[in-house]
Amino acid sequence: MSDKASGGLSEQRIILEIRHLSKTFSTDTGGEVVALSDMDLTAREGEFICILGPSGCGKTTLLRIIGGLEKATSGEVQLEGQVIDGPSPYMAMIFQEYSLYPWRTVIDNVAFGLEVRGIPRNDRYRIARQYLALIGLTGFEESRTYELSGGMRQRVAVARALAIEPRVLLMDEPFGALDAQTRNRMQFELLHIWEKTRKTVIFVTHSVDEAVFLADRIVVLTRRPGRIKEIVEVSETRPRERTAQAFIAIRRHVLDLISEESTPPSKV
Amino acid sequence: MGGMRRPIAIILPLLILIGWEVAAIVINNEFFLPKLESVITVILHPTADVFGSGSLIEHAGFSIERVVLGFIIGAVIAVPLGVGMGRSHRFEEFFDTTIQIFRPIPPIAWLPLSLAWFKIGITSILFIIFIGAFFPILLNTIDAVKGVKRTWIEVAATLGTNERQLLSKVILPGAAPTIWTGLRVGFGIAWMTVVAAEMLPGTSHGLGYMILYSYNFGQIQYIIAGMIVIGIIGIGFDFLFKEIENKRFSWRSLER
Repeated sequence: MSDKASGGLSEQRIILEIRHLSKTFSTDTGGEVVALSDMDLTAREGEFICILGPSGCGKTTLLRIIGGLEKATSGEVQLEGQVIDGPSPYMAMIFQEYSLYPWRTVIDNVAFGLEVRGIPRNDRYRIARQYLALIGLTGFEESRTYELSGGMRQRVAVARALAIEPRVLLMDEPFGALDAQTRNRMQFELLHIWEKTRKTVIFVTHSVDEAVFLADRIVVLTRRPGRIKEIVEVSETRPRERTAQAFIAIRRHVLDLISEESTPPSKV
Repeated sequence: MGGMRRPIAIILPLLILIGWEVAAIVINNEFFLPKLESVITVILHPTADVFGSGSLIEHAGFSIERVVLGFIIGAVIAVPLGVGMGRSHRFEEFFDTTIQIFRPIPPIAWLPLSLAWFKIGITSILFIIFIGAFFPILLNTIDAVKGVKRTWIEVAATLGTNERQLLSKVILPGAAPTIWTGLRVGFGIAWMTVVAAEMLPGTSHGLGYMILYSYNFGQIQYIIAGMIVIGIIGIGFDFLFKEIENKRFSWRSLER
């Protein structure tokens, strides 16, 4: 369970720190479910981390706690030394389900975060156009969100998140609802955007392939209660070739870790 | 659907009109069933005086003025209350029992009490129109606010909205289509309420008053003409609400 990070990234400074994080939910019947148990994790500036685990392992809960949408039962999350206690202006989140505001045009969606910060219309439109260009949707400014395909909607959601210039981008299975082809293309584009903006990304997924394709480090979680089972480093250069020997080897290793978790534990 | 009316849709209305005219000729008693043309004549002369009570158009004007005023008062109170109840569980719990107790009482049942409190005049009628419009608007608003997607709210939170911005930029626009439905239903009920209220003691104007007044004179053609005008005005307002819904809130049906 040790973080054996070495090489280039380890020289970057730590931006996000998760310490002894636990989360317990109380059920309607008065019982308690431990979703996350004593988690420690650090993210360095510019790092791409995938959180991978079987469904119900609490990976979304972990992301929501980092994003300040949920409170931890114990432990804490620090962003650049500041304890997270609610949504932070330095982090933006992208959700699996379509989250655009259908009563707004595409550009007004992208500019939303700037609008609530009181940035004048011309300035926020100028910034929004830059991000629309980054995601390849120049010309769609006045489109309605329901006119866009699923992949385009998620790209707009990425632009909306980036427009507030967050330090950390939190992504909760953002491509989960897309078909396989669109999904692969979106992964490719996300890496392209990430390389341009160098944000720290925490990306939750249950797809091993997606994690190996994207991540610098893959944090594999155990079944409930979610603990860190292993952190797998992926140092292959990008863009990664899915059929390359090294890719397949890492993929197999991660799959093994996951399948250990998929067989029911002897005792709950 | 709208637009192209298929012939089958107008067969029954035509049969009813023909049946009416045939029956009127056979019965030959204007005090029981007037001929179609007598009714049409009344409708085509909306400025003609109705036995000293005022013209059809004046009566319609009174009814519309009342319903619009009562509806606005109802909406102005019901929408903010509904937003509060939809947003805050405690707020909802505080009001819910009271609302459940008052809701089943028909608006017209309030009339005697309304007359006792507000005396004969516009206030007592506005009060019961208010009652008629209030509940559908309130209940739809609560539903609308509760139905705003959680993701929309969470996105706004992560992008740094404050409470006021969350309300004005996410909750209200997100809930608007369903609130609008509540306003449309509330207006429809308010319109029914105003016509009924005008038939009860204390009024001297309005379409409801006019048709009851015509009954006292045995003028069936005025009764039927009044009913038709009531129906047309009701449809007209409903159409207006739907048009605005289609223009402003089309995203609701197009989103998925």
